[in-house]
Amino acid sequence: MSRDPLRFEPVPVRLNACAKTFPGGTRALEPIDLEIAGGETVVFLGPSGCGKTTTLRIIAGLEQPDPGGSVFFGSEDVTALPIERRNVGMVFQSYALFPNMDVAQNVGYGLRVRGIDRRRRDARVGEMLAMMQMEALARRRIDQLSGGQRQRVALARALVVRPRILLLDEPLTALDAKLRDGLRLEIDRLLRQLGITAIYVTHDQGEAMALADRIVVMSGGRVVQIGTPRDVYFRPADPFVADFVGTTNRLQAQAADGRLHVLGADVPWAGATGPLAVLVRPEDVRLDAVTGQAEAKVTTAMFLGDRTRLVVETGTGETLSIDAPGRASFAIGDTVRIAIDPDRLLAMPL
Amino acid sequence: MTTVTGARHGVAFWLQLGFTLLVCMLLVAPMLLSLLAGVTENYLVGIESGLTTRWIAEVLRGYSDTILLSLQVALACLAATLVLGVPVAYVLARRGNWLTRLFEELLTMPIAVPGLATALALIITYGGVGEFRRSWLFILVGHVLFTLPFMVRSVLAVMSAVDLRTLEEGAASLGAGFARRFFTIVLPNSLPGILSGSLMVVTLSIGEFNLTWLLHTPLTKTLPVGLADSYASLRIEIGSAYTLIFFVMVIPLLLLLQALARFGQPPR
Ligand SMILES: Nc1ncnc2c1ncn2[C@@H]1O[C@H](COP(=O)(O)OP(=O)(O)O)[C@@H](O)[C@H]1O
Ligand SMILES: [Mg+2]
Repeated sequence: MSRDPLRFEPVPVRLNACAKTFPGGTRALEPIDLEIAGGETVVFLGPSGCGKTTTLRIIAGLEQPDPGGSVFFGSEDVTALPIERRNVGMVFQSYALFPNMDVAQNVGYGLRVRGIDRRRRDARVGEMLAMMQMEALARRRIDQLSGGQRQRVALARALVVRPRILLLDEPLTALDAKLRDGLRLEIDRLLRQLGITAIYVTHDQGEAMALADRIVVMSGGRVVQIGTPRDVYFRPADPFVADFVGTTNRLQAQAADGRLHVLGADVPWAGATGPLAVLVRPEDVRLDAVTGQAEAKVTTAMFLGDRTRLVVETGTGETLSIDAPGRASFAIGDTVRIAIDPDRLLAMPL
Repeated sequence: MTTVTGARHGVAFWLQLGFTLLVCMLLVAPMLLSLLAGVTENYLVGIESGLTTRWIAEVLRGYSDTILLSLQVALACLAATLVLGVPVAYVLARRGNWLTRLFEELLTMPIAVPGLATALALIITYGGVGEFRRSWLFILVGHVLFTLPFMVRSVLAVMSAVDLRTLEEGAASLGAGFARRFFTIVLPNSLPGILSGSLMVVTLSIGEFNLTWLLHTPLTKTLPVGLADSYASLRIEIGSAYTLIFFVMVIPLLLLLQALARFGQPPR
């Protein structure tokens, strides 16, 4: 990966009030506004059907936003341009490689469309394949490639024409877990190296956390939170985000007079008052035989190597997931004392 | 699965084998006899009278114009069904709504309706246009009506099997406009369907009799019409020689069709 035939102009992207209603009345997307900085990698994250692909396709030019919406690449309004005039690179979950062409012809297709002569085309395709370490595959037919190889060809094909932005729709979803991790690392390295503005759609929070500069969490056709992976993980905007990004425990609590009553005990509290739901991550619940606020019974213990995931039931009848160190061992029915730092609690209005 | 020793086979096996052979005999024997008759000196005397190419030569002398017209109609029919059928299949493949489905059903009408009825409808509609009625183009129109559904179906089957929509979106994202996508992505990936559709159209057109018999004029006879004439009015050897020539024209097409059906699976 030492050669660097491509370094991209970082082009910002802006969506203004883009909504989408499909013929037949399906409202796939509520009006959204979004600013993506040049060179940034933004991940659209959300459950299936929440409108991620629709948003991506509006940016690509494969769908028109409802009247009133507009799409800008830099200062250029591209709303009226069809995809073939937007100069975007696109990578599909199903690869969309042309079965009638070999690997090199697939990669060279965009250059051929641009009227670049045979010699320069071959040179650039060669460079691109070298960068992706795929020279040996140049003359292979598409049906002779593995899923991972196909997706790398698709990436090469999208990048070789130096698109203004790169759009990826669940590029790893069709691959098995092992390949997925490898290719995710490769995509990450590539995006950082090239400095291209990239928008990546996935329903997999692990992928989103690993790749994103910023994550756009979507639900039901709406953006529910935009933030860095750390923001989204540590300061989720609502219980949906907290639950979708990682695991959380949701506890009933009551706050008054600087105290929070939770799990049958009181902790100091500076936040909102009244009846609350509080969220806490499994890794933020400590096991502490001395200062623990509440007693609980282990109902499940799952050894995961680096840690042990416990599910415990408290005296108040609430169930919590807890991460304990991997070396500590537990049996079902053990009694533990748990402690929660108030500053690790996230209060949500009921 | 198959066992070599005959003793292992039950009665059912021999019955099935016998039945299959019988059916083959029933189908093949008349054709073989007919072909043989075409090169027999005197059919009434039998094969002892000697073999000859005389009848074939006579057919070629007397009926070569029908053979040429058949080829001409078949090729023109192929061109027309390609130009009409491939775009129609494309639209049907890309836009699946009630309108296109209705159209697809309508398109198969000429297969379901007897050829004679289609021919009558054509004559009623265009019979008054004398110049057109007398030209070979009249026959061509009938053939196109009859064969177009086969072309459309065959192309549509392949187009539906490859995910054309996504392939086109991929091509469009790389800057390809509609025309370029159609010629570099859609057509090449539909080629197996186009080829098998083409062979089917040519074969059907060369052999078409029902429609053609009503549509032809004494000056526009195709091979099957000529065949009917010769059976009705000439020596049986000449009719048989005629059949032989027909076979020689059509069998390679049929074999090619079979081969394509086997190899022409759309690429994954
Ligand atoms: N072409 C379409 N016609 C009608 N409804 C659609 C179409 N495409 C998507 N939808 C609907 O829009 C919603 C959002 O879809 P999509 O953007 O594909 O979700 P995601 O990519 O997040 O899974 C879904 O309810 C889906 O059924
Ligand atoms: Mg999607």
